[in-house]
Amino acid sequence: MIGKISKKEVEKIAKLARLELSDKEVDTYAQQLSAILGYVDQLQEVDTKNVEITSQVTGLSNIMREDVVESFDNSEELVKMAPENQDNLIKVKAVFE
Amino acid sequence: MDIQKLTIKSAKRALESKEFSCVDLVSAVFERIREHDGNVKAFLTLCESEAMREAEQVDAKISRNESLRVLEGIPIAVKDVIATKGVRTTAASKILEQYIPPYDATIVRKLKDAGAIIIGKTNCDEFAHGASTENSAFGPSHNPWDLSRSPGGSSGGSAAALSAGFCIAALGTDTGGSTRQPGGWCNLYGLRPTYGRISRYGLISMTSSTDTPGIFAKTAEDTALLLSVLAGQDKMDATTLPAKMDDYASHLERSLKGIKIGLPKEFFEHTEDPESAEVISQAIAKLEELGAQIKHVSLPHTKYGVSVYYIITPSEVSSNLGRFDGIRYGHRSQDASNLFETYTKTRGQNFGSESKRRIMLGTYALSSGYYDAYYKKAQKVRTVITKEVEKVLNDVDLLITPVSPHVAIKLGEKNDDPLAMYLEDIYMSTAALSGVPGLSIPAGFAHNMPVGLQIMGKQLDEASVLSVAHQYEKATDWTEKFPLL
Repeated sequence: MIGKISKKEVEKIAKLARLELSDKEVDTYAQQLSAILGYVDQLQEVDTKNVEITSQVTGLSNIMREDVVESFDNSEELVKMAPENQDNLIKVKAVFE
Repeated sequence: MDIQKLTIKSAKRALESKEFSCVDLVSAVFERIREHDGNVKAFLTLCESEAMREAEQVDAKISRNESLRVLEGIPIAVKDVIATKGVRTTAASKILEQYIPPYDATIVRKLKDAGAIIIGKTNCDEFAHGASTENSAFGPSHNPWDLSRSPGGSSGGSAAALSAGFCIAALGTDTGGSTRQPGGWCNLYGLRPTYGRISRYGLISMTSSTDTPGIFAKTAEDTALLLSVLAGQDKMDATTLPAKMDDYASHLERSLKGIKIGLPKEFFEHTEDPESAEVISQAIAKLEELGAQIKHVSLPHTKYGVSVYYIITPSEVSSNLGRFDGIRYGHRSQDASNLFETYTKTRGQNFGSESKRRIMLGTYALSSGYYDAYYKKAQKVRTVITKEVEKVLNDVDLLITPVSPHVAIKLGEKNDDPLAMYLEDIYMSTAALSGVPGLSIPAGFAHNMPVGLQIMGKQLDEASVLSVAHQYEKATDWTEKFPLL
């Protein structure tokens, strides 16, 4: 059904996934992804008409809890974990240019 | 003391009877790690000073004749995808090389509440992506039974640490076989519980719909004990099950008489290694001798398990690894000239090749135009497999299969063929996809390497799985064999 993956497609997926790949990686992944998808193509043999998808394997649904705020007293530590921070804020590059 | 031979039970008894002190025990553990971990490479981070301090406190309690909690003073190793407050947790990835979690995973908190001493964080495949630990950004771990071989993966560091005598039990995770397979390759018990039996809170998410914590132990009894400590509903993980917990230890002495064990023929058709297959046949004959009733059954759709798994897993991986973008934690690339490049360069420079491969595969499978053909189809075939397993487990109590078609692979043997590595999960994906418990148990040796047998049970029936393991253990002496370092 779905054929081999081209280098152009690999580049498109990499952009969607926010991954910078080298030219060599693009080549390698084009081949490897094609091989893996070729293998999983065997799934098309299985008749899944009228079969529901698995969304929760143990059958739990709608697990609710009280909507109460719990305080976390270590928020400064969380900000400190960020690669760059200033005045208890996380520093990032400009979102709007 | 010989740490390799100590179980939780025997170590606890020795501490209580003052045969040795907890400081003696923990010092011996670190001495052994210093002597041998340069070759085994089981650990990424050690917690020696904290562990020694805790050991002193345990000794103080013992000297005051206070009673000890269930795991008090027991040195335990923890896989590095499990959050430990204040202790570096890398997921064996460069992107989290300096990450120090501000909280404990529920299972770590439960270990601490039971008195366990965490001695360090173990190596694994990056973000648990792999079956050999070769995908670790910090280099592979080595199998103590033969250092040129892999201890399995992804929880290979935990298995190697326990087998080498660097701890008395260890935590892993099992998404598609990552505890059971290394257990089998290292002559250990490796338990994947029912999905939702043990909380996932604080596990660095990989495939949320199949991830579960895993237990490594040297005996079925220790496995049962750890399961009792770790299992239970957790408000921090909405998928944990409300069902009442069994008293696992109390079922261990249940006789095998009349127990119906199914052998799914699809798991016995390809005898890649006749010596391993012979070990499995003998183990099954032993179970029959002990009174189990062996039935031949069929799970025809399980042959699609690896295909289903390698669509669902990369899809969920691509989503779960989206959070590693260089903003809130981990490394951030310094070469970026705008926000978009912060993302792409941080991720491109810091993820290893297998993690990138899974992100790519998953992004593709979930992308517009392909979602129905791949992800949705895989989730439907997953339903077919789950129903098939459920139906067969109505006719038999348990299922038995090999853990692996062969003994531990040589390091480097399959590392450049991702598809061949994925097929290492061939006997493992069924339990992962259908949510049932699976336990690998030591079943003998082929080519002087351990061979594991897998026992799968009905959802929430860990008790039966463990009792069969315990009865088999009593009738054999595999757990009394240890690798020489």
